[in-house]
Amino acid sequence: MATRLPSVDAVLVGFGWTGAIMGQQFCDAGLNVVALERGVWRDTPTEFAPTFAQDELRYMWRHHLFQNVADDTLTIRNNTDQQALPMRRLGSFLLGTGVGSGGAHWNGQIWRFLPSDLKAYSHNLERYGKAAVTANDMTVQDYPVSWEELEPHYDTFEKLCGTSGKAGNLNGKIQDGGNPFEGPRSAEYPNPPLAWPASPAMFAEAAKKLGYKPFPHPTGNVSKAYVNPLGMQLGECTYCGFCEKFGCGNYSKASPQTTILPYLMAKKNFTLRTECEVLKVETTSDGKHATGVTYVNSAGEEFFQPADMVILSAYILHNVRLMLLSNIGKPYDPKTGEGVVGKNYAYQTMGSVNVFYKDKIMNPFIGAGALASVIDEFNGDNFDHSGLGFIGGGYIASMTTGGRPIEMIYTPDGTPKWGMEWKKAAAQNYLRSSLISCHGSVMAHRGNYLDLDPTYRDSLGRPMLRMTFDFTDNERKMSAYMVDKAAEVGLAMDGASGIKKNYRKGSWNVVPYQTTHNTGGAITGDNPKTSVVNKYLQSWDVSNLFVMGAGAFPQNAGYNPTGTLAALAYMAADKIKSDYLKNPGPLVQA
Amino acid sequence: MARMNRIAAVVGLATIGLAGAGVASLALSQGRINASSTAPGVATPTQLLTQPIPDGAPNIDQIRQGQYLVKMGDCVSCHTRDGGEPLAGGYGLNTPFGVIYTENLTSDPDTGIGAWTPDQFYQAIHSGIGPHGMRLYPGLPYTYFTRATRTDSDAMLAYLKTVPAVSYRPPANGLPFPLNIRFMIRGWNLLFFRPGDFKPEPAKSAEWNRGAYIVTGLGHCGACHTPKNALAGDKTGVPLHGGDLDNWVAPDLTSNMRTGLGRWSSDDIVEYLKTGRNAHANAGGSMGEVVSYSTSLMNDADLHAIATYLKDQPASPSAAAYDPDPGAMKRGAAIYSDACASCHLQEGGGQPRIFPPLKDDAVAQQGDPNGLLHLILAGGRTAPTPTRPTPLSMPSFAWKLTDQQIADVATYIRNAWGNRASAVTAGQATKMRARLGLKTVHLTDNSGDHG
Amino acid sequence: MSDNGINRRRLLVAGALTGAAGAAGAVTLHDGERGADPRTYSGTMPWRGGAADAPPIAEGGTGYTFFNALEQAFLEPALDRLIPPDPAGPSATQANVHIFIDRQLAGPYGRGDHYFLGGPWPKGVAEQGYQSRLSPAQVYRLTIPAIEGHVRGAYNGKLFKDLAVEDQDKVLKSLESGDAKLDSADGKMFFTMFLQNAMEGYFSDPIYGGNKDMGAWKMIGFPGAHYDYREWVGRHNERVPYPPVSIKGRPGWSET
Repeated sequence: MATRLPSVDAVLVGFGWTGAIMGQQFCDAGLNVVALERGVWRDTPTEFAPTFAQDELRYMWRHHLFQNVADDTLTIRNNTDQQALPMRRLGSFLLGTGVGSGGAHWNGQIWRFLPSDLKAYSHNLERYGKAAVTANDMTVQDYPVSWEELEPHYDTFEKLCGTSGKAGNLNGKIQDGGNPFEGPRSAEYPNPPLAWPASPAMFAEAAKKLGYKPFPHPTGNVSKAYVNPLGMQLGECTYCGFCEKFGCGNYSKASPQTTILPYLMAKKNFTLRTECEVLKVETTSDGKHATGVTYVNSAGEEFFQPADMVILSAYILHNVRLMLLSNIGKPYDPKTGEGVVGKNYAYQTMGSVNVFYKDKIMNPFIGAGALASVIDEFNGDNFDHSGLGFIGGGYIASMTTGGRPIEMIYTPDGTPKWGMEWKKAAAQNYLRSSLISCHGSVMAHRGNYLDLDPTYRDSLGRPMLRMTFDFTDNERKMSAYMVDKAAEVGLAMDGASGIKKNYRKGSWNVVPYQTTHNTGGAITGDNPKTSVVNKYLQSWDVSNLFVMGAGAFPQNAGYNPTGTLAALAYMAADKIKSDYLKNPGPLVQA
Repeated sequence: MARMNRIAAVVGLATIGLAGAGVASLALSQGRINASSTAPGVATPTQLLTQPIPDGAPNIDQIRQGQYLVKMGDCVSCHTRDGGEPLAGGYGLNTPFGVIYTENLTSDPDTGIGAWTPDQFYQAIHSGIGPHGMRLYPGLPYTYFTRATRTDSDAMLAYLKTVPAVSYRPPANGLPFPLNIRFMIRGWNLLFFRPGDFKPEPAKSAEWNRGAYIVTGLGHCGACHTPKNALAGDKTGVPLHGGDLDNWVAPDLTSNMRTGLGRWSSDDIVEYLKTGRNAHANAGGSMGEVVSYSTSLMNDADLHAIATYLKDQPASPSAAAYDPDPGAMKRGAAIYSDACASCHLQEGGGQPRIFPPLKDDAVAQQGDPNGLLHLILAGGRTAPTPTRPTPLSMPSFAWKLTDQQIADVATYIRNAWGNRASAVTAGQATKMRARLGLKTVHLTDNSGDHG
Repeated sequence: MSDNGINRRRLLVAGALTGAAGAAGAVTLHDGERGADPRTYSGTMPWRGGAADAPPIAEGGTGYTFFNALEQAFLEPALDRLIPPDPAGPSATQANVHIFIDRQLAGPYGRGDHYFLGGPWPKGVAEQGYQSRLSPAQVYRLTIPAIEGHVRGAYNGKLFKDLAVEDQDKVLKSLESGDAKLDSADGKMFFTMFLQNAMEGYFSDPIYGGNKDMGAWKMIGFPGAHYDYREWVGRHNERVPYPPVSIKGRPGWSET
């Protein structure tokens, strides 16, 4: 059976962004920390090198850095009337694995939520009435965290990453060139924005003509050489166009590898074990205290790692599944609405507009993960939703992440997918088109949730996670509204000869890539009856268990999640260091 | 770096011993290019050397000074084997004739230096004679350490006696006859070793003299940076003109504008030694270990002293002008533009302190291209230091470029943007590839999609 | 960093799958991708000079290693209907897309190393995506004969390669729409995979056997494996003059 290892102060389950953040915070506080990562070691010169990183087939289509679904996948369905079937191939989202995980192959989009996003229930209730927040069986909740509490932690993460951008609201004073809708910031971004290639520049011009206030996308693709507060160095982004789904070869994308690991790995009180998959969080017989974790390594050996604190810092789908497999917290039941673990799973509503030009050269291959001009007029509650039939929103951006040709050749409406007509359209439009993205929220819905699958098991014999999810009319109406707004800007772009609108229609489909922004299932709240963790990401049921990541989001906002989940992690780390270590136990009384 | 000195010294001995046997060419062994993790629970050299000395001992000041001098002497680089405790010795130097192993310097009385007296320790570093009167292999750079003062020697021993005892006996040296006869060393010593104390230059400043004491003494910079004669003795007439270190080069440290430190200010030198990087260069390879385990842990005053001394070294002679083959330059420019410029920039300017500039770069322009070839083939890693922990690394090009392409791009780098150095041949790249064991791809744990 | 570690976890996968597939009376080729050994890291960032997660470059020249003669006879004309020749750029076979697919199916992709192929296998709805028990290699192996059987029935015993191009297009369109009813094979699923693989072979780096001479990149104006556009990011509406480059270089790297 499992070999018992010497006890540690904290064990980290998963070693991506939040694992690295918590490891650094804990080791600096003198704790002995062990991190367990189910994938392999990865670092810039050996796994993300510019000698081979720019390989669309290997990384995007052969999933070289992603979770291998042959080992472990989940089952999916749109509603409880369907039988959930395995996601047999990655598609809609591209799950990470390995050291750094998604933090190594993300785009580097570093957003803060709006202050009103944190109060999605009470804010919308007050402005639009009860029906607005309960239509479509919505189960929207407030965060138990205020903007003022979270702001310093956003700032910490932005400085860690060398985030490049332009403030729009410095201590309440609106700044030219930034996002005027953002919550008040305590500091400017640590680096200036990236330069814009043609499409974002033209989008910004068009948006201004229409009366909007475009601003540069805040990004962890750093615009100039930077030394972060831990002494880590980042290089200048080269606009190579191989950011999302790829590791960065020249140290210019913020990742655990570039911003934390060299500092953390040098610590005597830190140990990392790779190819180790955690099977279960073990608890005392009353189920109220975690004693450690049981894991199996790739050699098939089983270990019990005792720990005073267990930090679930894997991806949200794994964190939620581990809680369910460990019988921690009451599983959510969509019929009764009772239970919490797996509740309020949400996603992102992605729409877009392609813009075509007769003779403008856009050079789409000049790109970076978060290289865009953005308007935020239609995000969150930045606009009046009265009579629109939905709440929420998103940002509209001319994104130039790259021009990888297998994925990113856009052709006008009505072009066939193959044959001579397709070929001519591809040759004509590759350099002469661009994309406007609509990156929208997904509100929590009673029928969207996570639980364990009754039929399918993974390679280790454990039940797979089952995802039940679909978009509702709230999201479809929002998408239609946003795409139409984006199309107006597209048509106003200098030299635009045509557009193609891509609405988010129909049911959620696992095949086309949309975004890896899965949220919820381990949501934060101020009441154990309606949430899994308190504001410090501490389990209501097991007070020495902390659950990191976007699983804490009660619903998903119109922004990318990493900035907010990192800020929540820093806030939890601060509270653990200041209070919990002195007096272990619940940090919030139920 | 000190390790390389040992190799050179052993090769020199071999030459003495075996010249008559007709051994003309000597395959050179490879230094450690790994920076592998230490075993769990074992302190890293940096962790050991930065461990505060607790109050209490009556000679606390002497112990603290000794810890500092052990950093200055970079003892851990050679006296630590892969995965072993720092200073416990057992690092094996592979030579064509066998392996020699470094001694255990921890306080263990049986296997380490726990039972050594100050006299014995001083005799070892000052005269190259071990505690039982045996002559030590000159891998221990006593030709430099001889200048260390008795006070410093005593302090080093006092510190080493506080290093937790590790019972570990390095394997017996596997040198075959006649190299196993330590008596042989006497002849080498007669030729190349002049025991003696450090003699200050009264005409120079105190800072200059402090620098000279470090550079020519415990710092033993010349062990690598001074050219060697055929018998691996220092060519004392050309101090710090740059040395060949089998698979690396130790660059010229004189004021030569191309190959030396002519373009570096004193502050540049200090920054490099302290952080492992400056506006001109990043420290990697053997020098990376020196920076990580020695210079980055030294105090600013000593680093300034080193800089003052080095900046006062007269320039080495410049190499003759050279016109490279236009075809090689054209191919090299194409490769450089596609494969190198994203970090080092089209005009060779690099990103200072991150990716070193190649225009005016000294390593690129050394007479011996082996350092450049080593970097292109195996990649290189900037020394992590307390103030700059990021081990910024160059990837390996061994799998990507042919030997001809490596030669062409090296020739280009050595002659573009005003650089000037001899052309590199495919044969030189082939030879270095073989020495580094890079004829086949060294995949990583992530390489699951092969086959 | 072992180059040849065996991952027992993945062996377990293979065993479980074989069992499940056997019970259902079908064959699965899935044998798992090689994994890595468990490791412990402490004290420093690990690094080894010369180590690289280098790409799995396609070997073996331009001969077939996976496809048999019957499959080849379908593959080449079908590919050239998906991507026909014209002066602007090469056809699929001119770009060696057939060789690309051959090498892909002979390797980890063809084996389904990144597919979950365990059962049970209900059909599901379109939103649930790929629900076959077959690896990509098996999909090609089973479907091409079924397509030829369908063509023989509809076109007087002819093979696909002997049809007029208009008829070839009709067959491909009927596969794409799902209208073609094949014996014991899913034509629509095959076509989706085939078109995707064709685009992959046409536009991916030449190291994988297709995109010969970077012809597809030249056609659209993609510079390939360049890694730095700082000089060009602010120069709008200008053609970037770099010739396309592969991960393994371009002619300028070697020409005398």
